[in-house]
Amino acid sequence: MNEAELVRFVLREARLIDEKRFDEWYELFTDDAYYWVPLAPGQKDPLEHNSLAYEDKLLLKLRIERLKQPTAFSQKPASRCLHVMQTPEVETSEPGRGEFLTRTPFIYTETRGDESQRYAATAWHTLVATPGGLRIRLKRVDILNADAALPSIQLFL
Amino acid sequence: MTGYREDLRRLQALVEADRVHRDVYIDPEVFQLEMERLWSHTWIYLGHTSQVPQPGDFITADIASQPVIMVRHSDGKVRVLLNRCAHKGTKVVYDFAGNTGKTFRCPYHAWTYRTDGTLLHIPLKEGYAATGLEKTDAVRGLTPVTHETYRGFVFARLADGPGFRDYFGDSLSSIDNLADRSPEGELEIAGGCLRYLHNCNWKMFVENLNDTMHPMIVHASSAGTAKRLWEGKPADMPKPMAIEQYAPFANDYKFFDDMGVRVYPNGHGFSGVNFSIHSAYSAVPEYEEAMKRAYGEERAKQILGTVRHNTVYYPSLTIKGAIQSIRVARPLAADKTVIESWTFRLKGAPAKLLERTVMYNRLINSPMSVVGHDDLHCYRSAQEGLAAQGHEWVSLHRNFDPAELDAAELTCNGTSEVSMRNQFRAWREFMAP
Repeated sequence: MNEAELVRFVLREARLIDEKRFDEWYELFTDDAYYWVPLAPGQKDPLEHNSLAYEDKLLLKLRIERLKQPTAFSQKPASRCLHVMQTPEVETSEPGRGEFLTRTPFIYTETRGDESQRYAATAWHTLVATPGGLRIRLKRVDILNADAALPSIQLFL
Repeated sequence: MTGYREDLRRLQALVEADRVHRDVYIDPEVFQLEMERLWSHTWIYLGHTSQVPQPGDFITADIASQPVIMVRHSDGKVRVLLNRCAHKGTKVVYDFAGNTGKTFRCPYHAWTYRTDGTLLHIPLKEGYAATGLEKTDAVRGLTPVTHETYRGFVFARLADGPGFRDYFGDSLSSIDNLADRSPEGELEIAGGCLRYLHNCNWKMFVENLNDTMHPMIVHASSAGTAKRLWEGKPADMPKPMAIEQYAPFANDYKFFDDMGVRVYPNGHGFSGVNFSIHSAYSAVPEYEEAMKRAYGEERAKQILGTVRHNTVYYPSLTIKGAIQSIRVARPLAADKTVIESWTFRLKGAPAKLLERTVMYNRLINSPMSVVGHDDLHCYRSAQEGLAAQGHEWVSLHRNFDPAELDAAELTCNGTSEVSMRNQFRAWREFMAP
């Protein structure tokens, strides 16, 4: 696994979100994966401390299926989002174990109707090499102002 | 419309027995009057004593648009002070929480106060000799605020008003149940605070907590999907906690009607008299054992069998004893409110209980919650819809019975809108006495 492949994977992951290809996006995660948006800077514990989101694949599935429902009222009109990303850096690489950690600062914009919100954030991808290719074991997104009073954030950072 | 400040009768006329005028939600002058009257003369939740365990520990918050500090003084007692330097108005502390040591020292001109608010020191004090400063309130230091602590819950009252017990009465039984759920009878705030910005009036949020006609509609896309995802799974497969927590939001009208609702004077009340959406959670045997050891079998059963849905301590605090979480309304404007969601550790209970409430808080109360998204969408949509001239009144007629006007305490079917009517009766009493 070379650096270029890891970078390409992380960029593609964000693109799938931005293009709302959520079913394909879901397949990028391992079965034991989590998508985590902590509430506190440097937060270590997702279980005994509140987070904005800490979702296993069941909860990610729920979110994705909900977005398809005609009764998802908060999606009328539907939200759109865009990740503008810095080039991912490989933080740690353990090819022997097939595990890699990348760090990617990005600006995330989410719009709905006339409303627009923007966040500065850092994504940490724990990626694993599987027979089917790279997969995400943990995607952690640290929003710079995660502890501020925030409006609804409806898609995926 | 304007002119409510000058005309009490017009203000009173906004609330009828079974409906309210739209101005209670959208009029900026009404909002201002709410802060001055309802939110200043009633008991507003500030924080929990476990947030300030050591002398010098403080938290800050705004109550009725005024900055307030809760601090643990050197005598071990909690004090509540207005966060306004007696000199030029600077806040003496700015952080949400911290430890100030033995004093508050204003960052502007170093006027310094003890943690009970008394003035300790002014630099170059001789400059004030015979100037008349000594005859002003400034020398008394930071203004103290009347407050009461009940099982660790600190409530402040900024201006004169009813006594604490008179104001809350038997509604305090919900706080008792929450604290009693600790085998040691004590709570500790844990896990941080989710802060969700609502672009709607604070009352839309507070009313909604005992609005039992909305979950099966508003949350069909989230809770309904949760139910569907779990359908067809083998009966002996353990149900994930997340499914247990989401799915009951999609329960039918009968469920919510049978839950029951009880209201008390001054706007307080709760739904879930008989059971609630929290009743069917999986048992945590280790916890139940600890409860039995602490209270004896019968009393433990009684505590854990009280599974109320939401209790509203009007107007600021809403609690969920059964899941040990609270939500606090912090109004900012007629159409802007911050909802704070806090979780408790039950002292002496296994970690699983904290995990459970933290999960609930994250799934339901986070700005990223799919339940919250649809709730807030409806509140905001109403905030905008109320601009329409077509209907000036908001209906609260469901199960209205004129006899309820004379009842001090009342228990009804769960889908009655009695809790909202009850809140507005208190609202009118404080707004236009």
